[in-house]
Amino acid sequence: MSEAITAVFILIGAFFVLVGSLGLLRFPDFFTRLHGPTKATTLGLASLLAAFVAYAAGTESGVTVREFLITFFLFITAPVSAFMLGRSALRRRVDSVAPRPAAIDDDEAEDDPA
Amino acid sequence: MLARLFPNPVLSGFVLVIWMLLVDSIGAGAILVGVILGLIIPRLTQGFWPDRIHFRRPKVLFTLIPVVVWDIIAANAAVAWIVLTRRNRDLRPVFLIIPLEIREPHGAMALASIITLTPGTVSVQFSADRTTLYVHMLDCPDETEAVEDIRTRYERPLKELLEC
Repeated sequence: MSEAITAVFILIGAFFVLVGSLGLLRFPDFFTRLHGPTKATTLGLASLLAAFVAYAAGTESGVTVREFLITFFLFITAPVSAFMLGRSALRRRVDSVAPRPAAIDDDEAEDDPA
Repeated sequence: MLARLFPNPVLSGFVLVIWMLLVDSIGAGAILVGVILGLIIPRLTQGFWPDRIHFRRPKVLFTLIPVVVWDIIAANAAVAWIVLTRRNRDLRPVFLIIPLEIREPHGAMALASIITLTPGTVSVQFSADRTTLYVHMLDCPDETEAVEDIRTRYERPLKELLEC
């Protein structure tokens, strides 16, 4: 039983990691590419960790919850790196399919007196 | 006395819970070390925290967390579907401009993080005065609806949780 659950979670996890990488590969610009890894890999990794929890529950070590901490840390750090990447891309005026909102320029002027 | 020992009780509580998860134990020893870490770490990191976190209505967490977890799962399915089926020229990426009602800095931070974790949206910039949040959306059929959605689903509950 625990093996079946483990297998299901591994498959779900692998699927989302694959799709996340595919998104990174095929989307047209920097900002759309940002969506691939920050989304699909969070759930992908969460599923792989859930698979480990299910697997451990079937062995003598029993249920552990430590793995959920990894998920938790991932969930609080992934948005920060995505935010910093997005922010620097805006600042460097990386090409974007979505039109750049004019208001952003005013804010950056305030941000950066030089 | 207690208030002086724990200037940031919510943070101390987090440290305790995370410590207990790390050592994977609910024994007295784990709790003791956790409480001691909860005493020390908030003190050492005090300079990084703009204000102390204060949950005014902790009950909101019980509805907000399930909503966010559900949206993360839905986000993944939605983004996966777009990755697999949508042609690049049919994508409609936009920058959403979200006027913020929430003033509490942790709340604004939490909102930006939740937005990044959920359906096809990534927070990319705050305006200098922190009253506007810029969000890149992967595929957006209706901008007003998307902004309204973020405000009702996440910003209002966060505001309720952290402000009065």
